[in-house]
Amino acid sequence: MIFARHLGARVWILVAVLVAAAILVPAANLWLPASHPLHVPNYLVPLLGKYVCYALLALALDLVWGYVGILSLGHGAFFALGGYAMGMYLMRQIGGRGVYGNPLLPDFMVFLNWKELPWYWYGFDHFAFAALMVLLVPGLLAFVFGYFAFRSRVTGVYLSIITQAMTYALLLAFFRNDMGFGGNNGLTDFKDILGFPIAARSTRAALFAASCAALVAGVLVVGAVTRSKLGKLMIAVRDAESRTRFLGWRAEHVKLFAFTLSAVMAGVAGALYVPQVGIINPGEFAPVNSIEVVIWAAVGGRGTLLGPVIGALLVNWGKSYFTAAWPEGWLFMLGGLFVVVTLLLPRGIVGTFDHGWDALRLRRRARLAERGGSSGATDAVPNPAE
Amino acid sequence: MTMVEEASRQIRVLHEPQGYAPSLTSISLAGPDPAAGDPDAGENGWPPRPVVSPHPWATERAARLAAEGKGRRRRDTLLYLDGVTKSFDGFKAINNLSLVVERGEMRAIIGPNGAGKTTMMDIITGKTRPDKGEVFFGGDVDLTQHDEAEIAGMGIGRKFQKPTVFESHTVEDNLRLALSGSRSILRALFHRKDAPERQRIEEILALTRLEAKRKMLAADLSHGQKQWLEIGMLLAQDPELLLVDEPVAGMTDAETEETARLLRDISQKHSVVVVEHDMHFVRALGVKVTCLHEGSVLAEGPLDQVSADPRVVEVYLGR
Ligand SMILES: Nc1ncnc2c1ncn2[C@@H]1O[C@H](COP(=O)(O)OP(=O)(O)OP(=O)(O)O)[C@@H](O)[C@H]1O
Ligand SMILES: [Mg+2]
Repeated sequence: MIFARHLGARVWILVAVLVAAAILVPAANLWLPASHPLHVPNYLVPLLGKYVCYALLALALDLVWGYVGILSLGHGAFFALGGYAMGMYLMRQIGGRGVYGNPLLPDFMVFLNWKELPWYWYGFDHFAFAALMVLLVPGLLAFVFGYFAFRSRVTGVYLSIITQAMTYALLLAFFRNDMGFGGNNGLTDFKDILGFPIAARSTRAALFAASCAALVAGVLVVGAVTRSKLGKLMIAVRDAESRTRFLGWRAEHVKLFAFTLSAVMAGVAGALYVPQVGIINPGEFAPVNSIEVVIWAAVGGRGTLLGPVIGALLVNWGKSYFTAAWPEGWLFMLGGLFVVVTLLLPRGIVGTFDHGWDALRLRRRARLAERGGSSGATDAVPNPAE
Repeated sequence: MTMVEEASRQIRVLHEPQGYAPSLTSISLAGPDPAAGDPDAGENGWPPRPVVSPHPWATERAARLAAEGKGRRRRDTLLYLDGVTKSFDGFKAINNLSLVVERGEMRAIIGPNGAGKTTMMDIITGKTRPDKGEVFFGGDVDLTQHDEAEIAGMGIGRKFQKPTVFESHTVEDNLRLALSGSRSILRALFHRKDAPERQRIEEILALTRLEAKRKMLAADLSHGQKQWLEIGMLLAQDPELLLVDEPVAGMTDAETEETARLLRDISQKHSVVVVEHDMHFVRALGVKVTCLHEGSVLAEGPLDQVSADPRVVEVYLGR
């Protein structure tokens, strides 16, 4: 795997910004007095943390959509599964402090008159186990789903449709009370995480910092993977799948690798999201959630590392702003945004910027060449996928 | 030994085809299956089919030996197609096609549009499964049982009719992805460029005259250069057999000549099947020619002989 210098200055700037945010936002919230102009109000910390989780989710989607060409409309499901795994840990942490005071059973189970904990809740009282499940459950689902879908060469719109069907099926399943995941209401009323009170300012600050760290890790992982020979192969599969097959590559394995890794990343994003918003319910499986993720990546620029992060932050900031200012209008705006981006900015913000930049450089180079400088008539045009 | 045993032994000997030692091969080649046809029987049914005793021992054995005999003829070939048929919605794109390419041979395939040339390559490379017929590589590998990636791994490389390269990669990266070697996904993830790899790429860049374009995106190459890049990728793969579909379409005369030279060079070390409409190019190759028409072989032989064949003139050259 190639690293460091191959990643490009821009990615390192993004990493630096995220690291700075991970330090400065908590500091400005905890240690600056409320009267200080740079003070970050309490409500903003988990909100920003939520955006960072969304950015990680968008990056995960970009790995499969932007680089391998798999338009998944079901990534919300992996996000929600990671969230549920974390939620189950948080539920078990409540212990005897629930409304019914049952030391073993979460409130909703007592309410349903259940006498014992279902087997699949075992182990979730340990953080390490829950953390493992955060990675394993979405990863395994993606692996099994991808194995069959890619082996039977389901592609394009058909694949998108079955990913939607997958998340919809999970939505219906998690709505059922007898599934044992809290049904309609989901999991909520969390008390603490790793022994720290979940609503405390310092815990929220730490969760924000952890989300930034996860996003940095995500950027570095996706950066390293896409810059490797395997990453080149991913783009090759995206652009000319059958060519890769006739060269002896197993396109389905390439897809399966990207899809599984992407699902694991989405699961991590969901796991960090849940303690910051304080609830996980089946609504997170709603098909429209997954479609929103696609819009974030499209707006920012798919096939780039920066694009999905910027897209997720911008669109969600817009969402928070407009749902307060003009609640009925948001969905129309989101749809309109998608249409505008598809028609006018098909490369997204970052992609369009890069493209304009390359065109400018080419023109400058051509001018230089005219003046007799032979510099780089054969030079590379920077890969737009970077 | 009792009399009865002795008698039954004799009967068995009589019925077993070894009993007819001199005609062993003709029995085995004829085979009892009339549908399979008798490749050795002449036009008027001469030499005549040897009579195979209707006894089950004899018919079974004859069938087995027939299959073995076919296998023996197959064994020395590189590519062996026999009785291959493929229809799309009832239309027979390939119709009882039989074709043999020897090891080390270069073969040119011509034929009108829709003759089934590309479909034949699809069948060989595992993209399309034939409805019936045999397709063997290297004498004993049944290609109908394998998929594209496996077949590529066995050493069959293919250039598409429409040049297909990885447009958003540089010329070098295109070659790097094609380079023979491990096809494991994890190895690709941790792959590092090394000196032998660089050298191989250098060689191929030189051979395909793309040295100056190495850092260019494949999308920015001219049509002819893309064709050459794709041939270069084929070479990088280092296959035993190259299937080259219309390599000079859209090339200038000079480029066409260069390509003929390149393919002749390649054929020193590889077997090549090349499909092309350009008769000057085919002439420049100077190899055995097969003319396909409506999914089967119309004529086969040296170019002069094939192009003089009135049927070929009528369906193809005469237009
Ligand atoms: N996948 C397919 N589905 C339906 N019909 C097909 C398919 N592939 C090929 N055909 C048909 O089979 C016939 C043979 O096509 P093929 O592409 O093999 O011809 P060709 O000899 O390569 O012609 P050309 O010189 O134009 O390339 C054509 O009539 C084509 O329409
Ligand atoms: Mg063709």
